Amino acid sequence: MTIQFRNETFRNDFTYANSPGNIPRFPFPFPEDVYMYSTNVEPHHATRAGSPFENAFDVDEHYVAEMKDRALVLAEDPGRCQALPHMETAGWDFVELVMVSKARDYPDLFELTIDGDRWHWINKPLQIDDSFIFGDSSTLPCHPMEYIGRQVQGDHAILDQRDGNLWLDAGIITAQADWSLDFDIGMNFFEWHAPVPLAHELGVFQRALKFLLSLPQGQPSRRLNWTLTVNPRLDTSPENYPKWGPDRTTVTPENIGEKVHLRVELQTFWRLPRSNAILFPIRTYLMAMNEVVTQPKWGRRLHRVMRDLRPELVEYKGLSRYHPMLVEWLSQFDDGALTSPGIFPD
Amino acid sequence: MSESLIEESILSRPTYGTLAIAPGLAHYFVADASGAECVIRVAEAAPRDFMEKVHILYVPTPGENALITALYALGAKRFEHFPTIDDAVARLGDWLSDARMGSQLYLAGTETLIGKAVAAAEECGLDHSAVQCEHRGSLARRVQCVHCKTMIEKVTTQPVKCPSCDLLLLVRDHYSRRLAAFQGVCINAEDPTEDIEIREVFK
Repeated sequence: MTIQFRNETFRNDFTYANSPGNIPRFPFPFPEDVYMYSTNVEPHHATRAGSPFENAFDVDEHYVAEMKDRALVLAEDPGRCQALPHMETAGWDFVELVMVSKARDYPDLFELTIDGDRWHWINKPLQIDDSFIFGDSSTLPCHPMEYIGRQVQGDHAILDQRDGNLWLDAGIITAQADWSLDFDIGMNFFEWHAPVPLAHELGVFQRALKFLLSLPQGQPSRRLNWTLTVNPRLDTSPENYPKWGPDRTTVTPENIGEKVHLRVELQTFWRLPRSNAILFPIRTYLMAMNEVVTQPKWGRRLHRVMRDLRPELVEYKGLSRYHPMLVEWLSQFDDGALTSPGIFPD
Repeated sequence: MSESLIEESILSRPTYGTLAIAPGLAHYFVADASGAECVIRVAEAAPRDFMEKVHILYVPTPGENALITALYALGAKRFEHFPTIDDAVARLGDWLSDARMGSQLYLAGTETLIGKAVAAAEECGLDHSAVQCEHRGSLARRVQCVHCKTMIEKVTTQPVKCPSCDLLLLVRDHYSRRLAAFQGVCINAEDPTEDIEIREVFK
């Protein structure tokens, strides 16, 4: 398998796009025609060859461009990557998990040689060839979490487990849907989710925490989350809200198909072996409305989901300015036909 | 009974109770002028030998002496007062770094005092179950501008203008114990021409 890595941008001229072959493998987040919060967690085991659920850490055509965007964000704002002092062991756990998984799943792209604590890592797409002593941070150019976080798509939070709670004590977060690591670091599970409406009352977080506290090693889990983003911008951080907020006023009936993107997070949860922390990758996939509706099932379903979305969620997800326009635009792709269950295209 | 007027809010927004003596080997109190009466109330209701295990830090309002005298008269093992919350909290850090297991911390006064003292106690490794807080006085907030990271003290308005980057910030209820601050996020980022009324709300 060879991946043609796209040369594209997530800012300024926004040249990001999905190639036709990449569209059907998009993790469309709606298994039904209606959406409401749920603790929609399932085992993260290999599912459907070619899908983003095939491998532990999905690598796709956007890999190299996403890593370039991350480097730009970190150069501008080093506070996007922070770890409290007790999180170094968890950083090494993260290094091991990613290197072992990628070398196994993509042997043509990544190579790992382990000789005791001497590790040799080759990342061909990013042209990295490094030797280091596993567990000795002085043999890496930076904190182990940052080192590997710059080589894996998606944001990564690491959650320490103590006192019957999970604590957001480390993360490399450059492609977030409007939350601040710098503000939230050190918070417990309920505190950092505090701004989310409705879900607390539904008991979603209580159930999710209970599940995560007993997450066993070697049995990762996953769920999908979603929002909409105007322009294919990865860095929709609160820090940079004045840069991306105005995009929301630029949507018109003429450009809505190319401007508005379905933004899906493939969230996975991994118990780490040495630190007993939980690695929480938040992998973002972006797809323009024009690309989504090339799959008739997705066009029909997205119309129904958007039309019936609860007002609190329209507001919380920041869709208010263009939501009615989007529902109207999507209606042309909904002929009223039944849709098949599940997320995959027909 | 607590006289705090904080409305029910989101889960990261701290809530406060009423100070009451908990079993402990040492008892540390930090208060500002609005919280002094809470310290006096607890001390007056305490058993005889309690004050021998009590350490008090106090931040008076400038020029005020009566409460200093009243707190001093409680006969604590140590009593010190400082002109600013930051000075008192720094002293608390010194005290707690020498403190033994079984220490209790009692905080009374404005949210800024409580927030900064809680953050210092966490840094010293004091378990949160050993910390009690009673809110009194102003509801003025300490706010972090999420955009330029400036800390803005004594915020009473909604929204508030960041003195550093000039953005007009919505003061959220989202609160960081580590920063002892509420989050401020630009309120008119999507349409900066939007006219927004500034109102006094955190009194």
